[in-house]
Amino acid sequence: MRLYRPFDTAAFVAALPQTVRAIAVLDRTKEPGAIGEPLYQDIVTALAEAWPESAPMPRVIGGRYGLSSKEYTPAMAKAALDELAGPKPKRHFTVGIVDDVTHLSLAVDDAFDTEPPGVTRAVFYGLGADGTVGATKNTVKIIGENTPLHAQGYFVYDSKKSGAITVSHLRFGPKPIESSYLIRRADFIACHQFEFMEKLDVLALARPGATFLLNSPYGPDVVWAKLPREAQQQILDKRLRFFVVDALAVAKEAGLAGRINTVTQACFFAISGVLPRDEAIAEIKQAIRKTYGKRGETVLARNFAAVDASLAAMAEVKVPGRADSTFTRRPIVPKAAPDFVQRVTAMMLDGKGDLLPVSAMPVDGTFPTGTTQWEKRSIAQEIPIWDETICTQCAICPLVCPHAAIRMTAFRPEEMQRAPATFKAVPYSRKETPSLAGMMYSLQVAPEDCTGCGICVDVCPSRSKTEVKHKAINMAPKLEHLEAERANYEFFLSLPEVRPALDTIDGLRGSQFRMPLFEYSGACSGCGETPYIKLISQLYGDRMVVANATGCSSIYGGNLPTTPYSQNAAGQGPAWANSLFEDNAEFGLGMRLAIDAQNDLAKILVRELRGAIGEALADALLDAKQDSDEEVAAQRERVKALKTVLGKLGTPEAKRLAAVADSLVVRSVWIVGGDGWAYDIGYGGLDHVLASGRNVNILVLDTEVYSNTGGQASKATQRGAVAKFAAAGKSIGKKDLGMIAMAYGNVYVAQVAMGANPVQTVRTFQEAASWPGPSLIIAYSHCIAHGIDMTTGMSHQRDAVKSGYLTLYHYDPRLGMGGADQPLKLDSRKPTIPLEQFTMKEGRYAMLAQADPARAKELSKAAQADADARWQLYEQIAGVHRVVAEPSTKKGEPPAAGAPSEEVK
Amino acid sequence: MSIDLKSRYLGLELANPVVASASPLTGSVDSLKRLEDAGVGAVVLPSLFEEQIEHEEMAAHNLMLYGAELSPEARGFFPEMQPHDSGAARYLKLIADARKALSVPVIASLNGYTPGGWTRIAKQFEEAGAHAIELNVYFLAADPADTGAAVEQRYVDLVASVRAATRVPVAVKVAPYFSAMASMAVRLVQAGASGLVLFNRFVQPDIMLEELEVAPHLVLSTSDELRLALRWIAILHGRVEASLAATGGAHTADDVIKVLLAGADCVMVASSLLMKGPQHVDTLVRGVEAWMREREYESVAQMKGSLSQRSCPDPDAFERSNYMKALKSYASEFA
Repeated sequence: MRLYRPFDTAAFVAALPQTVRAIAVLDRTKEPGAIGEPLYQDIVTALAEAWPESAPMPRVIGGRYGLSSKEYTPAMAKAALDELAGPKPKRHFTVGIVDDVTHLSLAVDDAFDTEPPGVTRAVFYGLGADGTVGATKNTVKIIGENTPLHAQGYFVYDSKKSGAITVSHLRFGPKPIESSYLIRRADFIACHQFEFMEKLDVLALARPGATFLLNSPYGPDVVWAKLPREAQQQILDKRLRFFVVDALAVAKEAGLAGRINTVTQACFFAISGVLPRDEAIAEIKQAIRKTYGKRGETVLARNFAAVDASLAAMAEVKVPGRADSTFTRRPIVPKAAPDFVQRVTAMMLDGKGDLLPVSAMPVDGTFPTGTTQWEKRSIAQEIPIWDETICTQCAICPLVCPHAAIRMTAFRPEEMQRAPATFKAVPYSRKETPSLAGMMYSLQVAPEDCTGCGICVDVCPSRSKTEVKHKAINMAPKLEHLEAERANYEFFLSLPEVRPALDTIDGLRGSQFRMPLFEYSGACSGCGETPYIKLISQLYGDRMVVANATGCSSIYGGNLPTTPYSQNAAGQGPAWANSLFEDNAEFGLGMRLAIDAQNDLAKILVRELRGAIGEALADALLDAKQDSDEEVAAQRERVKALKTVLGKLGTPEAKRLAAVADSLVVRSVWIVGGDGWAYDIGYGGLDHVLASGRNVNILVLDTEVYSNTGGQASKATQRGAVAKFAAAGKSIGKKDLGMIAMAYGNVYVAQVAMGANPVQTVRTFQEAASWPGPSLIIAYSHCIAHGIDMTTGMSHQRDAVKSGYLTLYHYDPRLGMGGADQPLKLDSRKPTIPLEQFTMKEGRYAMLAQADPARAKELSKAAQADADARWQLYEQIAGVHRVVAEPSTKKGEPPAAGAPSEEVK
Repeated sequence: MSIDLKSRYLGLELANPVVASASPLTGSVDSLKRLEDAGVGAVVLPSLFEEQIEHEEMAAHNLMLYGAELSPEARGFFPEMQPHDSGAARYLKLIADARKALSVPVIASLNGYTPGGWTRIAKQFEEAGAHAIELNVYFLAADPADTGAAVEQRYVDLVASVRAATRVPVAVKVAPYFSAMASMAVRLVQAGASGLVLFNRFVQPDIMLEELEVAPHLVLSTSDELRLALRWIAILHGRVEASLAATGGAHTADDVIKVLLAGADCVMVASSLLMKGPQHVDTLVRGVEAWMREREYESVAQMKGSLSQRSCPDPDAFERSNYMKALKSYASEFA
């Protein structure tokens, strides 16, 4: 089928010989509830309307294939044809998955292979950051443009933003390449990262006699012993030719830091022989000139130098006669992982998710949370190590950690008896928390979950008196500390959680004693967004419901195979769902309405069953305050008691109430997304939700660009910043979303930057959560798209506020009620440094100053004027008396007995 | 009587020997014009640093690669810069613009410490119109394995490398920290230097007590500092086949006169201009002229080097240390 609409019935029927007896229609779509998929239905209708009466009507069967990027191979096509030719073909089937629930999937013969001879197939394993994909793309171009060969490239990425693995599949051969599926038997395998050998089965795709190139810090004489036994065995069994090159050393020598792509590319050409060596080298250089030509002579010269040095650095390994390695590949997940993780998650982590049968999927599509803890990606080279002797226990480092990989706790001294010898703890020294007096304090890194960003060290305010660079935490080589810290962390996690009341201290330290229920996400190393989400999870994770807009936060927040949202010891944790870009605010509002409706119903039923439940319990269930952790815990106990009573009652009403009883415990609804969602694409909905008066909390993770898709300008992008779609620097200023929301009067609004004022951040999160109407928090988040050293992200936030680039404030309608106070409070001081002192430290601004200094100067001047005007405006509004009328929160008062609220009717 | 203030430096004719040294004041065509209007003899543009040439390109390149190809949705995080305008490109434009706007000689300045590919930029300086190039060398031999001989060779190689890249005259600006300054001066000239600029002052580190941080701290020069240049210019005058420029501490007309008498072909000024503005050039030139008129000098050529070591009545004075001099004067009281 080439033309789908308008559907040409006559042409379609004319194309079929009248001898056709059976047709299999394959749709790459799924329409739940339809009689069949769209193309199938069209074909059936077309035949019914136009098939000549002289011939018997062909039998038509319909199948689904290739959904969710599932492979579609010749073997699958064969399976469909075989089915069609069989005596009783399934009228509806699927191919490419194993459906052991409906049994409608077709069996596929894996050994069936139609790839023609003469095609060279190469597979390259790399990291997102090492340039493998770029180099293989260039390889495809070089071969396609400079040889008579046809070439094909396909690139598979995983969903991580730090330590992402890429697999490049490349085919070339004398005839056009029509194999639109991944390589299954490779002639050449390159592994560009040595540590993959322990993590991945990189040689699984190698055909017997294939060539294997490994980027290895170990030379040809010693590398054998450094391979896991499985890899050795495969090299022997498949009689692979095995080459090593220390590409990192070559790249470093050429001044290219970690970019190994040109080195490994040169080696590929040299080994594969697809082009004569000299010609290949010349073509690689030409490709480099084409790709990087605009970036200057130095860039070219260094890349050329790397290419020239590559071949000399490569060596073939004399493969010993037997596999004698003392170690094997690490298990994908630890033995302690739960059953689902062992059966399902581990398969996905191993890249074999497509082999999972349908029965492995949860029935309702809900995936278990708390699964990132089993990944143990171990991607850091260095991890923070605590010096307890100079730590002031300020709690900033756990607060800012993007991956919840550095944590603090307090515990009873007697616990130390079972602690590993290397576990560090000191008496808790802060006076503000009397409930923790006499306890021990510990700060602990999760060595295999830390990504090594170093943000914790950057923010640490405690310095050694004898060596100023030494802080209370310091980065140290992971391998030296891994074993000890792994044991220490395990012990740390076994300590009971302490939850000192938040109002007894400034909230900051109190929040950081709480267990994060958002941990070890795949976000970028040093991410500026995740610390905010983690903070909410510490404050309200046990009762948190998240509606997440599509974007970075949905990728690191809930992308398969693992989920960073986690659970506490009682099994409570956030419930999370991701909607679209454009409707996330409404999606979250819907959650609120559903929760409220269930709560209304539960309350009505509690009143109706008051006598049976017991008056005291019923009244407490209806009236108890649920503002603090303790009050919420008490309500949970009441609900538990209620369920016991209802179980005994066994009446239809009791069963009805039991089904909604959990909704009597408060839920904290958070609507989360980035600036692309909140300022641009989802803004209409956001405004609608702000106007709803409902109790929802909206968190905008403001990176001032569309981060997930590579830094496109949004309405949050500030004047003068370079972004995609604003390549000459954005010429207009940032939309003031906070001010728009404040115009409603009854919306709690805050602008925060954790790196500038962590206490304000924690406080505003609590205020937003406790405000019974809509709340909007605009959280400034540094980002890889800012062109900064991510280690210093929090320092950049501090400078942003110092320079007036960003003003911190909170607008609390409660303060305006009754007219006693002004609702808007400024939480940052008047700018003390010029804007440029901040902006010129960020690549997004500095690159314009380099490319077009005159325009940069003009925009910078305008941006300074923006900042001055903004500060002046805020300062004035903060001084204006504004009375907020009684806010029209629709919820709050319980509906009168017997009078169901509007929504329930 | 008309007084001839002309001087020759690097083979260039200067209307007077006061030259604006590399400083922010020589970084824009506007302020260069003001210096010319105030009567400056020549201008030295601010230095283009070796780092600016190589590291800036690499930094921009690395920025483009940052996070590139992390996911199929984000191939990179920044738009490709169009057209790439590096520090070097901007500098070449400054040379060309300065040449167009000024009639006084324009000397471009290059700052680096490793002989190598980056010195090819000297050719581009020439093509952009620079009358001469000042090579500003600073190498801090902090590595205990670096010997004095090796460091000296590095200077010589660097000078030769720049010399080979261009046909315009090359002046070399060095610091005084050589064991054998006179020998070094000769070697630099042999390597291809047409002039020596004595001496370079460096930004020295300072400790910020509030932040407990180490930060570079620029202190403007004072007249006192000029005497180091005065000594070596007096010693080298007539001994090396090269122009000599004094730099570092010329604030007053008297300062200018002193180094001219010692043998300088020109005097570089920066700190005093930064403090007093471009019009201070006029004050200096008029002051020199007034002094010459009073003493009935006819030309700068006439007075230049008249108190150099070769020409002064007490040549030893330039080689004595302060201590010896003090001792002598103390003893003479009782002689």
